[in-house]
Amino acid sequence: MSELTAEGGHGAVPTGPEVPVEAKPALSRRDWPLYEVFVRGKRGLNHVHVGSLHAPDDEMAVHAARDVYTRRNEGVSIWVVKAADITASSPDEKDPMFAPSGDKVYRHPTFYEIPENVPHM
Amino acid sequence: MSAPPLDRPTSSDEHALQALFDATIAAGHRIEPRDWMPDGYRKTLVRQIAQHAHSEIIGMQPEGDWLLAAPSLRRKAILLAKVQDEAGHGMYLYSAAETLGADRADLTDKLIEGRQKYSSIFNYPTLTYADVGVIGWLVDGAAICNQVPLCRSSYGPYARAMIRVCKEESFHQRQGYELLLTMMAGTDAQRAMVQDAVDRWWWPSLMMFGPPDTDSPNSAQSMAWGIKRHSNDELRQRFVDMTVPQAEVLGVTLPDPDLSLDPETGRYRFGPIDWDELKRVISGRGPCNAERIARRRAARDDNAWVTEAATAYARKHQS
Repeated sequence: MSELTAEGGHGAVPTGPEVPVEAKPALSRRDWPLYEVFVRGKRGLNHVHVGSLHAPDDEMAVHAARDVYTRRNEGVSIWVVKAADITASSPDEKDPMFAPSGDKVYRHPTFYEIPENVPHM
Repeated sequence: MSAPPLDRPTSSDEHALQALFDATIAAGHRIEPRDWMPDGYRKTLVRQIAQHAHSEIIGMQPEGDWLLAAPSLRRKAILLAKVQDEAGHGMYLYSAAETLGADRADLTDKLIEGRQKYSSIFNYPTLTYADVGVIGWLVDGAAICNQVPLCRSSYGPYARAMIRVCKEESFHQRQGYELLLTMMAGTDAQRAMVQDAVDRWWWPSLMMFGPPDTDSPNSAQSMAWGIKRHSNDELRQRFVDMTVPQAEVLGVTLPDPDLSLDPETGRYRFGPIDWDELKRVISGRGPCNAERIARRRAARDDNAWVTEAATAYARKHQS
């Protein structure tokens, strides 16, 4: 039984040897850039990152994003941006860049003790 | 949940990185795409997420077979929405797999070439429209049991994809159950059709949870990594306990003479599962394995001209 396992939310899948292999055709879909998708859930909210997709161009990316990420009124506005165009804070997310804000407790209102009889503060 | 520690190692010291990874998992924090992670964790996730994605995509076929034969416009619209959701679920999951460095087109090729797998359940045929209802009730019900804990999976993009999926699965299960309730209120022939579908799908649905814990060698590591939260047998038992009362309301008999309530535990005992059948189906000898892959291959190859045309159009408008 060890050649199968319960992986993936849809249940048991095999992990053993396989069906015959054939050469794969060269597909132009491989050239489609990866787009990151951001959706504004409703007026008054920020656009939030929801996932990614591949599309041949910006316009198709917006259409595909609508079909993939807003089938149930999840959005009123979509942004797509090529993943390659995103500049991130560092190559990884264990980032000393954010350390300086860690020890500045005086930037938070709770740092200051105010007598309880002071109203509206 | 507080933020991860700030004093994170910046060196390439493997031990420090491993220690940070372990601490992140132990604290119940999520691992995010650009974090350092052990190779085994990455490979396990790519394999699991890809298999899950493939299952959603192949899972469109058994029900899709009934789209043109739906008994009413209402049922057709519902089924179309459901099948479209399965495509969407596949897309969410491929998106998550890509955050680990996998290539989407490559994963599809691996599926078609038999180098990656999908759930055994989709290798069974849908013989009547009652199967559409039973798939929604039992197969999607089992999927929900599997998927709800995955919303807390340790890998952030996977957990977030699962949250989206789970929100939509509930519609899948309820439309199936409602379809069956409607048929059970119909003619004797319709009731017989529902019972027949239940008889055929019950055991394969239990097999969806995978081999018994005593025979599931990778589970311990996946649970230690927080990729998986409950054992196969635990989830299977949970599914049985949820489903038996639903079968009673529906008025169908689950095809297991050993099914009985254990008065001490309050849980249902059930009969032995035919693991040889599961082995047979997942090793490619199920009723529909060849057909499912052939159709996925045709979808890729026959539609290649569309993607080529779109690419050509995009290139033309870039320059």
